[in-house]
Amino acid sequence: MFEGPIQDLIDELSRLPGIGPKSAQRLAFHLVKVPADEARRLAGAIVAAKEKVRFCRECFAVSEGDLCRVCRDPGRDPSVICVVEESKDQAAVEKAGVVKGRYHVLGGAISPLEGIGPDDLRVQELLDRVARDGVAEVILATNPNLEGNATAMYVAGLLKPLRVRVTRLASGLPVGGDLEYADEVTLGQALEGRREM
Amino acid sequence: MPVYKEQGIVLRAVKLGEADKIVTILTQGSGKVRAVAKGIRRTRSRFGARLEPFTHVSLLLYRGRSLDTVTQAEIVSPFTTVRADLGLIAAGETMVEAADKVAEEHERNVQLFLLLLGGLRSLEARPADPAAVAECYLAKLLSLSGFHPSLGACAVCGAAGPHASFSAGQGGSVCDACRGPEAGRVAPEAVAWLGGLARARLAEAGAMTPPFPVRREARAMLYGFVEYHLERRMRSFALLARQPESAPRPQPAAAL
Ligand SMILES: [Zn+2]
Ligand SMILES: [Zn+2]
Repeated sequence: MFEGPIQDLIDELSRLPGIGPKSAQRLAFHLVKVPADEARRLAGAIVAAKEKVRFCRECFAVSEGDLCRVCRDPGRDPSVICVVEESKDQAAVEKAGVVKGRYHVLGGAISPLEGIGPDDLRVQELLDRVARDGVAEVILATNPNLEGNATAMYVAGLLKPLRVRVTRLASGLPVGGDLEYADEVTLGQALEGRREM
Repeated sequence: MPVYKEQGIVLRAVKLGEADKIVTILTQGSGKVRAVAKGIRRTRSRFGARLEPFTHVSLLLYRGRSLDTVTQAEIVSPFTTVRADLGLIAAGETMVEAADKVAEEHERNVQLFLLLLGGLRSLEARPADPAAVAECYLAKLLSLSGFHPSLGACAVCGAAGPHASFSAGQGGSVCDACRGPEAGRVAPEAVAWLGGLARARLAEAGAMTPPFPVRREARAMLYGFVEYHLERRMRSFALLARQPESAPRPQPAAAL
């Protein structure tokens, strides 16, 4: 549609997740309007992130070094592993400040429709860690949707013979929400996951 | 009429932008509908679990130029059991993927909607072999879409079977005189079992137990036939083909 470098930029941007052709165009035209040093900073940040950010060799979270901050911390309980789909989920769980153990990033979730099968995830690495480190509990913190649940069920099945305690994040009512607006699936799960007071 | 009411089954949902999703729904009266569900990925979303795949929902939609927008959704049937087991999920995903491929946007197809609803209801009953239910569904979906496979008589000349050759391109079973160069040799028992599966009711298909080699060959024929005639690769076949065998076992753990 456009010529030369601007179309190249639109093409590159539209390959990013969640960016459609319209957004790509809007971003591209915004970027050519910003001051040169601002554009250079952004380009530099992308290149630096690509060069410096690695994946932790233990848990596969995004990390600046060979081992991530959590895996380096001797204060973390090595007998508990919290399994998440992506690094950003690890960041979200970490912010809650409840997990005292370590993490394991699977790199996605089983999704037959996206062509992602169990073999595309870092499941074997998890089983190896559990067997090697004498892990006592694995918390499955995959997303509470179809793909996340399928993944949790699959991983739980493989962990069973290793005789480790496997728990799943409770799913239910959002804090601050109204009961009357809850759908029956969410409400049903909240009831199943109820606890003694 | 910019706002319309429909009931349908959620086929898939893909992320859009920061917090939205585009959901694809097979509706009873308006064919396939693709609609934006705004804010659905936020934990406080009013949609909650209402637009998860497999859910039978009643909807209020706003008609847009390329995409519609979901304004309200209520669950008719959540099909919670289908999500509770990997074998059932694999079967359900195959059903929704195939429906997605044959349905046309905003083109009424009540029979397809009812077939999918029947398929999910059969899975909800926890059949012994969910993959066989999905395969029975596929055979019915092919017939419904004008690709009825010949599983007995020769697809070309009509000579009575059983025949020992099968060709997706020629339309199914073929006799020795008609078989083209791409036709494969098959065991007549496998063709016969597939024919039986195609005629079975969805609710019964999960209880049929053929010998392993017959089942394996029949599946290869069916999967090839589906992909040939839908002219698409079926991504969910990878997981379906592993059912009902249980998942691969982890390597023996040294710690035990
Ligand atoms: Zn780490
Ligand atoms: Zn013939």
